[in-house]
Amino acid sequence: MPFQGVDFYRIDDLLSDEERMVRDTVRRFVDERVVPIIDKHFEAATFPSELIPEMAQMGLFGGTLPEEYGCANMNNVAYGLVMQELERGDSGLRSFVSVQGALVMYPIFAFGTEEQKQKWLPLLAKGQKIGCFALTEPDHGSDPGGMETRARRSDKGWVLNGTKRWITNGTISDVAIVWAKAEGEICGFIVETKTPGFQAPEIKNKLSLRASVTSDLILDDVLVPEANLLPNSAGLKAPLMCLNQARYGIAWGGIGAAMACYEWAVEYTKGRIQFDKPIAQFQLVQEKLAHMLTEITKGQLLAWRLGHLKDEGKLHFSQTSMAKRNNVRVGLETARLARDLMGANGITLEYPIFRHMCNLESVYTYEGTDHIHTLILGEHITGLPAYK
Amino acid sequence: MKIISCMKPVPDPASRLIINETKTWIKDQDLTFVASEADNYALEEGLRLKEKHGGEVIVLSMGGEEAARVLRSGLAMGADRAIHLLDPKFKGADEFAAAATLAKAIEKDGGADLVLAGVQSDDLGTGMTGTMMAEFLGWVHATVVVGVEAAAGGKSLKARRELEGGINETVELPAPAVLTIQFGINQPRYASLKGIMAAKKKNFKVWTAADLGLADDAVGKAGAMYEVKEILIPEKKSKVEILGGTAEEATAALVEKLRKEAKVI
Repeated sequence: MPFQGVDFYRIDDLLSDEERMVRDTVRRFVDERVVPIIDKHFEAATFPSELIPEMAQMGLFGGTLPEEYGCANMNNVAYGLVMQELERGDSGLRSFVSVQGALVMYPIFAFGTEEQKQKWLPLLAKGQKIGCFALTEPDHGSDPGGMETRARRSDKGWVLNGTKRWITNGTISDVAIVWAKAEGEICGFIVETKTPGFQAPEIKNKLSLRASVTSDLILDDVLVPEANLLPNSAGLKAPLMCLNQARYGIAWGGIGAAMACYEWAVEYTKGRIQFDKPIAQFQLVQEKLAHMLTEITKGQLLAWRLGHLKDEGKLHFSQTSMAKRNNVRVGLETARLARDLMGANGITLEYPIFRHMCNLESVYTYEGTDHIHTLILGEHITGLPAYK
Repeated sequence: MKIISCMKPVPDPASRLIINETKTWIKDQDLTFVASEADNYALEEGLRLKEKHGGEVIVLSMGGEEAARVLRSGLAMGADRAIHLLDPKFKGADEFAAAATLAKAIEKDGGADLVLAGVQSDDLGTGMTGTMMAEFLGWVHATVVVGVEAAAGGKSLKARRELEGGINETVELPAPAVLTIQFGINQPRYASLKGIMAAKKKNFKVWTAADLGLADDAVGKAGAMYEVKEILIPEKKSKVEILGGTAEEATAALVEKLRKEAKVI
């Protein structure tokens, strides 16, 4: 049975025809292509790379960027709905698309030269090149300003040295957007991963995002030509702008994962008979279902409004923080409640619940931890930064 | 090649269907409509022929807003333009009236080299509209097509047809022709996001019965050859019999029944 969507507040009525059509197309793709295979990839800890060509053909990479670079130029609500549906499939798959679009294509588009855009964006849109975003380091997560990776000028360009960690897509990437301190200032570089001195070993034994590749990046005297410096990327603001793009997508994605868990919880509790009646008839169960639906609906409205603010150019990053923080919490809480209602069945890979729950544990602390988003809101409210 | 691909809006297969008060159709006000599945195979085949031989693909549908919706999905998949036959008078058409109306629209658009339709619709499933359309147009046709090749710049067609018993036959047809396309002939593509965004900008014609020069009694319910008297949900006649006794006794009784009553062994 294909996914019917969760739409208690007729949010569909707020969407344009195009937005609905985008959502329905990706929804069908997820039902037909992702759901049947994703549990096996999760179990085997492999990324479903067989999906890349079809996702590229559909235009899922960099969907909001202009048509002249081979992209769909869709609005942010449509893009958010894509993220919602992909994460309904699996957070790892949504992460892949987020990274390729918001963290690799976006910085090239926003901070790159026209030559860099012409060279890279069409290849990345077609999925012929895969990218990763290298900001986090083993000792610098929430505090990227303290990064230790350095770019030193040489007569042939820039020489990069340092270590990055928790880099989605790292091992399978052709190109990395590497952030390094160059003469005291943080700058972005387009680094081709085949460059001598570049290594990207995969981080193994993760219990979360298992259908996604996560890597260490080791840069040992990696020579990057001057032409690969992103010229407009000076300062910490640039990578944070990229993260805001990705966080925006996660605000929708968290709701997608929540919808998948809620759908199963309803289905399961209506069919599971205990004490001669469906467990969905018990008050304790209904209270949880009612809570899930309420939180999903609130999260949907947050995401929808956030999309409009972004499309209208009125978005403040603290608003993205609120939606990311809230909607990932909704996702995680819905997964845990669904797991509770489904008893032992909730822990197997036969149902998507535990997989989503494990994935969301990562989503909770990546692209800005829950704490950091709380403090961004705290600073917005009080004017007093708690992390400085 | 100029290819016209017909698309029929049908209720989403996941919908819960309820029969209307007059018992002549289902309650369709709140349903979501999608293109009939076989029509998607037909359109995909049309798009592939265009990619190979050049030309244009036009999607054609009759109905209300639901038809506009499936036409937009066709444009999003890659069709170049759409023709929407929209008129309250078209309502209640049977296959005959629908085929007459569609054929008129094809003529009004200047004909085509090839008209494609799904082998049958997901709702009525009679599989007649395509062939009747060919008759109205005075063109040759082939049904249950599982493979299409075009030659001589689209002026000649080779169609592989599925027959009973796993046998195929190949027929050659001169263009223009009508082909009804079998399920599974290809894998219909997902609409691309770019295609969805571009769909709005594509040429979208809306024609009424008057535009087609069709008289009121030739279209819709008035032009139909038959009338639906009643639609009903078949009575459930499942009969369960539990065979008692030991496993050996039950097995022997089961074999006896399969042999004598069901006559399957």
